Amino acid sequence: MTASTSSVITLHVNGEPRTLTVDHRTTLLDALREHLGLTGTKKGCDHGQCGACTVLLDGRRAVACLQLAVAAEGRAVTTIEGVAEDGRLHPVQEAFLELDGYQCGYCTPGQICSALAVLDEHAAGWPSAATADVRPEAGPPALTDDEIRERMSGNLCRCSAYPAIVRAVAQAAKAVSA
Amino acid sequence: MREFRYERAADMAGALTLLAAEPGARPLGGGTNLVDLMKNGIERPALLVDLRDLPLGRIEPTADGGLRIGATVTNSDLAAHPDVRRRYPALAQAVLAGASGQLRNMATVGGNLLQRTRCGYFTDAAAPCNKRSPGSGCAALTGEHRNHAVLGASPHCVAVHPSDMAVALAAFDAVVVYETLDGPGELPLAEFYRPVDSNPQLETALPPGALITGVVLPPAPVAAASRYRKVRERASYAFAIGSLAAALDIRDGIVHDVRLAFGAVASRPWRARQAERALTGGPADAAAFAAAADAELAAARPLPHNGYKLPLMRNLAVSVLTELAEEAAR
Ligand SMILES: Cc1cc2nc3c(=O)[nH]c(=O)nc-3n(C[C@H](O)[C@H](O)[C@H](O)COP(=O)(O)OP(=O)(O)OC[C@H]3O[C@@H](n4cnc5c(N)ncnc54)[C@H](O)[C@@H]3O)c2cc1C
Ligand code: SF4
Ligand code: FES
Ligand code: FES
Repeated sequence: MTASTSSVITLHVNGEPRTLTVDHRTTLLDALREHLGLTGTKKGCDHGQCGACTVLLDGRRAVACLQLAVAAEGRAVTTIEGVAEDGRLHPVQEAFLELDGYQCGYCTPGQICSALAVLDEHAAGWPSAATADVRPEAGPPALTDDEIRERMSGNLCRCSAYPAIVRAVAQAAKAVSA
Repeated sequence: MREFRYERAADMAGALTLLAAEPGARPLGGGTNLVDLMKNGIERPALLVDLRDLPLGRIEPTADGGLRIGATVTNSDLAAHPDVRRRYPALAQAVLAGASGQLRNMATVGGNLLQRTRCGYFTDAAAPCNKRSPGSGCAALTGEHRNHAVLGASPHCVAVHPSDMAVALAAFDAVVVYETLDGPGELPLAEFYRPVDSNPQLETALPPGALITGVVLPPAPVAAASRYRKVRERASYAFAIGSLAAALDIRDGIVHDVRLAFGAVASRPWRARQAERALTGGPADAAAFAAAADAELAAARPLPHNGYKLPLMRNLAVSVLTELAEEAAR
């Protein structure tokens, strides 16, 4: 048996295969920031408690600080650097800009990645803890401010830009479904 | 963090063999608890066996009309599943009440069941803690224990189990199924978590080296009218200070079937059988609900700073059962 404590892995980051050698202790967050120079994804708590490090893993939001890089081998990672397409901002990014969904901006990459997933999860009919009736017969819940607050609750903002974040997500939801 | 080896198991036999060959091995589900604990040195595995590729990611109906939920099903997929939402709505609600959207996408059913307590002394390597370091004492007894156990604790450990999901599973008589090198086994949730004795480091009855393969929910018509309610210190993204899974079937004004389980009051999800017995066959009104909660809580032994959990659980039981009764009457 090998006693190796590091591995060569390939991550598909923002559409590009990236091969790197990681010590197994490396989180996806540190692999992105320290190995690949993608510093858009932020480190807040490093314990899953703030959402600053939110990325999309195979299209679903995840906290990169509790994801071991080696365990993400072969998977697709979308970071904030990969959200705009062909130089055009995504409607979620535009809404954050237009409605000032931030102050210092530190939590913003995580907020935006999380918001992208919120729109997808809602479109897929997922209920949330704010959904009065979770039974499928009740139909998908409307994306009210309460629903947005609950669904975005995994992303803390030390500047407390929450009201504008909720407005931005609501506007982006309209833009995306239009 | 200690250095460790990493293997991605291709199949069940491979995973079990890897776990058996290395006493310091740990299965890796979503890693949301394990990696966190490795970061502060509380867990120091020599090998992680990643369960990702095992065929345990499905939710399927069982022949008798229940559901079988695979161990690597994510918390998100569990809560979004139509059969879970339709037939066991309190389970979907319990899962949705836990953690955050990001964490639920990563967390698995097996890992959720086996997540460790959030007692602050357990994760503080400098503090005495019998669960982390057997025989060292329990700092919570005379320290910070606002969110510790009021039921079924021992002087050796007063920690609570933090899972929301497990509370709903307890209410619905879920059975944990597992695999070992010697073959499969199963444990009803009521026997899965050991009562706390002088060995709080031993939390479950799972044999060493076993892998949880899933959870089986028996058919439970009463569960279709069920609810999970969680009380916490902020509106979302926080652990419970008290929670309740309840299901109620009323026929001709009389309680025909009822399920109750309390969360964040004990070292395990607390199935409230005394309360269920008190209610079954009797009236479904607020006085009966309060008396039933009191019957359950009669055995409670609060600590100096967590006595609030008694009225909290009583009020929670009365309000949730009253809602369910009103909805049944509509
Ligand atoms: C910030 C934060 C907030 C949270 N809030 C809540 C909350 O409000 N409510 C709540 O209920 N939970 C909450 N959680 C906890 C979360 O639900 C758990 O961390 C998660 O469910 C664990 O699942 P996992 O797959 O990530 O487990 P892992 O971290 O991968 O594993 C946990 C343990 O289970 C073992 N294990 C995993 N799978 C198996 C298997 N199949 N067989 C045998 N052993 C196995 C591992 O070896 C490890 O010991 C929170 C977590 C964080 C970080
Ligand atoms: S309550 Fe349990 S986990 Fe907390 S310090 Fe005491 S022994 Fe440790
Ligand atoms: S840095 Fe990952 S959740 Fe805070
Ligand atoms: S904008 Fe400053 S932390 Fe959110």
